[in-house]
Amino acid sequence: MYESMIMEEVLLRITNLRVHFPIRGGIFRSAMGACKAVDGVSLDLKKGQTLGLVGESGCGKSTLAKSVVKLVEPTSGSIKFKNQEVIGNNVQNSFRRSVQMVFQDPAESLNTRMTVGAILEEPLEIHRLIEKKDRPKRVVKLLEQVGLDSSAARRYPFEFSGGQRQRIGIARALALEPELLVLDEPVSALDVSVQSQVLNLLMELQDTLGLTYLLIAHDLAVVKHVSDVIAVMYLGKIVELGPAVDVYSNPVHAYTKALISAVPIPDPTIKREKTIIPGDVPSPINPPAGCAFGHRVGASRYQESVGKRFDMEEVSPAHYVLNCPCCI
Amino acid sequence: MQSEPLLEIKGLSVSFETDEGSVQALDAVDFEMGHGQTLGLVGESGCGKSVTALSIMRLLPKPIGCVTAGSILFQGEDLLKLSPDGIRKIRGNEIGMIFQEPMNALNPVMTIGDQLSEVFLLHQEILAKEAWGKSIEMLKSVGIPAPESRVFEYPHQLSGGMRQRVVIAMALACKPKLVIADEPTTALDVTVQAQILELLQVLQRQQGSSILLITHDLGVIAESCDEVCVMYAGRVVERASTNELFASPRHAYTRGLLSSIPRLDRTPKTELSTIDGMVPSLSDLNQGCRFAPRSGKVHPQHLLDERSPFVEIAQGHWVEACSVCTNL
Repeated sequence: MYESMIMEEVLLRITNLRVHFPIRGGIFRSAMGACKAVDGVSLDLKKGQTLGLVGESGCGKSTLAKSVVKLVEPTSGSIKFKNQEVIGNNVQNSFRRSVQMVFQDPAESLNTRMTVGAILEEPLEIHRLIEKKDRPKRVVKLLEQVGLDSSAARRYPFEFSGGQRQRIGIARALALEPELLVLDEPVSALDVSVQSQVLNLLMELQDTLGLTYLLIAHDLAVVKHVSDVIAVMYLGKIVELGPAVDVYSNPVHAYTKALISAVPIPDPTIKREKTIIPGDVPSPINPPAGCAFGHRVGASRYQESVGKRFDMEEVSPAHYVLNCPCCI
Repeated sequence: MQSEPLLEIKGLSVSFETDEGSVQALDAVDFEMGHGQTLGLVGESGCGKSVTALSIMRLLPKPIGCVTAGSILFQGEDLLKLSPDGIRKIRGNEIGMIFQEPMNALNPVMTIGDQLSEVFLLHQEILAKEAWGKSIEMLKSVGIPAPESRVFEYPHQLSGGMRQRVVIAMALACKPKLVIADEPTTALDVTVQAQILELLQVLQRQQGSSILLITHDLGVIAESCDEVCVMYAGRVVERASTNELFASPRHAYTRGLLSSIPRLDRTPKTELSTIDGMVPSLSDLNQGCRFAPRSGKVHPQHLLDERSPFVEIAQGHWVEACSVCTNL
């Protein structure tokens, strides 16, 4: 589908990925239907890039992220990391090492009963990377990398503030020297003044270590600030994909337009006409027959979309939009 | 705007008893609100914005939280001196409150209709049947489709945005003169946030109420408030009209806050400016300038020992006049 996007250094390629969760019922708990959390997503992530994935809650962005780190097994489709298929059971340890995840709430994703040092040593121990006596040295280096003092290794997560805990979460993800970091809402639990510190750290680490990021966030201003490419998801599908600046300055899909106009701008002198989207995201269990967004806003050409399949269409170089008649 | 303010808070101090001794959550907070005005309270976690709201509603957790000094005048009457019966007549009737997490603010085992009629039955002498009718009307005015059937539903059957609409309907049921909205959109998606903020503005215009909007999102402030109070570590450090505050912030904290947020109209991939350090713990605060440790500037000892006065620096623009942190 994206022939023109193929370049030499595609690190992660997702093709036609579907993640359907069965809904069981009846006496025999047989599958009665499916919740189509991710429904035919394709995207490429190039080395050193940041891809920002935005969308409302329930659009499938976290499920997509989880299937990339293999916390969820997809129904069909393929995920290739450095040209190696990762779906299935034959995954190499090297893949697990190269793809790491940073979670949203650092208070919940760090074991409260382990010291920070033990938390950071654990991945090294599991992957048998560094000998036991050398691990503390590595821990100190990791802490330095994320801007924490080496004394932190002896302390417990509760002794740190939210921003510092997220730094620990990032350090843990970096312990195995990964190439791809999946960041699931890394700053949404943080205060504004701390959020910018963590974003700066992420951008700096990307520069020095040559990391690739798959960033999931609902804050569009955050995503725009750090991303090269943006993918907008709606009800399990990508509706618009393109270079960050392009997507923000010339959004094509009606949903992207509405999403951007809904972000409050911290400047009282700018008065905009807001497009307010009525209603909520429809349920992925029982989606409308036609275009899911056209159905929500009551688009005049909604009927044209019923029963049709849409493809991504290139509107400008590397900028793709789902070619639904009622939304473009 | 009428001459007498609707709400006048004078020298309000609140402290909490904790295991580590008494902690001062609010330190002599002063502000006032006129009729039909929207005042924003902005600050990071732990700055005292929610405690301010709870003090006005007399909902501070007993016995650990108590008001140690000051007064809260609502239409000239001190809310702190009212009997429990007296405050119950005002709470929900003349002052409505919208909470952050609608799922926690609604009773999960009561239908929407029962919860809404309860408000009418408590505060107005009407029959249950009339209250039921009024509830349906109220749901219609907050934009809930098919309110006749929704009244029989339970909170879990509604989406997040719909739940928040129900909470708003309850808060506005008795046409209160003052509505306190504590982070009303933080738990919601941006598109739903835009719907809810729009709804609040429309209802405010219809009913002429004043809104005290508590948020950490400066974008929300810029789009919906007339005046802003910036809070830091239990104090109001700056207060001005929204346009004035965004155009010429005087306190170092306000300036730091404004420049650290990623914005859609800012150059991407650049380093964000940050505020050093983190939000201070309330248990070890000095009496003088509380922003001193994060300001990156050396404060003379007398500024650390003694609180600088809150002065009117320009027409309607007040700031804590620490000579190091403030552009006087």
